Amino acid sequence: MITTIAVGVLVLLLLWLALWTVLARDAFLAVAGFVIYGLLLALVWVRLAGIDVALTEAAIGGGLTGALLLGAVGRLRRTEAETAAEDVGTATRALAAVLALGVTAALVLAVLMLPEPVPTLAPLVVPNMPATGVGNPITGVLLAFRALDTLLEAIVLVIALIGVWSFAGDRAWGGRPGPRYQAEPDGILAYLARVLPPLGIVIGIYLFWAGADHPGGKFQAATILAAMWMLVQMAGLGDAPRTDHRGLRAGIVVGPLAFIAVGALGLWKAGSFLGYPEGWAKPLILVIEIALLPTLVLVLALLMNGPPSRGGAR
Amino acid sequence: MSVETLFALTACALVGIGLYGLIAQPHPLRKLIAFNVMGSGVFVLFGALAKRGAAAGLAADPVPQALLITAIVVAFAATAVTVALMLRLIESADSASLAEPPAKD
Repeated sequence: MITTIAVGVLVLLLLWLALWTVLARDAFLAVAGFVIYGLLLALVWVRLAGIDVALTEAAIGGGLTGALLLGAVGRLRRTEAETAAEDVGTATRALAAVLALGVTAALVLAVLMLPEPVPTLAPLVVPNMPATGVGNPITGVLLAFRALDTLLEAIVLVIALIGVWSFAGDRAWGGRPGPRYQAEPDGILAYLARVLPPLGIVIGIYLFWAGADHPGGKFQAATILAAMWMLVQMAGLGDAPRTDHRGLRAGIVVGPLAFIAVGALGLWKAGSFLGYPEGWAKPLILVIEIALLPTLVLVLALLMNGPPSRGGAR
Repeated sequence: MSVETLFALTACALVGIGLYGLIAQPHPLRKLIAFNVMGSGVFVLFGALAKRGAAAGLAADPVPQALLITAIVVAFAATAVTVALMLRLIESADSASLAEPPAKD
């Protein structure tokens, strides 16, 4: 009974926050709504038995995306008044509402007519888990059964970073991204940036290691580590790295390259790309995860930093 | 009604709300936020389907759940690229307007 009420309240809050986010008066309020919305979504994932997804949603969907959008709001403030005058008109709004209602209605129909029996791959995953040597079925899917998706995802992340960097002006290319943050050296931000990172690093590495058998994994761990790095930068205790630094660039591509190397090894030893030879699944999965961690931390943090903007072309 | 059906129906509404904002809000940042709301609706719908697929002793089908983790990370990457593109647009055009500039004859 109590859980039913809780779920009902959660759904109503979620819908209200979504409306708030879309209709809010200014962009700052919209982003604030979006961050809370992301945290509530994490609760939805818990209810949907997706603890791994919940951790990812809270860390990336709410946290990182929210921080990224907040940064953008600050820099876009002065353009808001201009577009506010650019009203799309009642006719467009009415059409948009009709279209949105139509799409929602079509989706509702699809949900109400979902097939029975329910299609599921769980019975295929469970008996094959022992062969992978990991206990968390999600990690098994990400790094064994659907490893190709994860490989492509890692490559997409690197391409996204190249995309962001390519928005740099010619003179800034290779330089440091973002502003050099200054903060009160004795202020609360500098204090937190000294106290939190050691804890954050331990929690991040724990999530990384626990991900083999429990909820957690490299994405959630990488997000926490990247957030700690951002905190140090924002408190003015460290600067963003030069984007033409060779070590940095090597760290960015090591994950996908190691992944492809393991895949090629599978082609040679196990007869298929990304196939694992008998008994070698766990060590190879570990190699991929360890190689992916620096890639994910660097890419997530540098995506937050944005394109290089100062001190380019030495 | 089961929890997953309720969340699936909520997700349908979220997609609609996001789609409306994507069209009706003139500012590109507002469009981006609305698009993220729409995307999250798609994710929740997919997650509800994963919950329906609970079988073989698992509380949900792990394959769609793993794809969701991938999707959330990729959505963040795409959002970061869009934010960078938007800031660059404003820097070079000195305006956030997506409307056609008045034709020059």
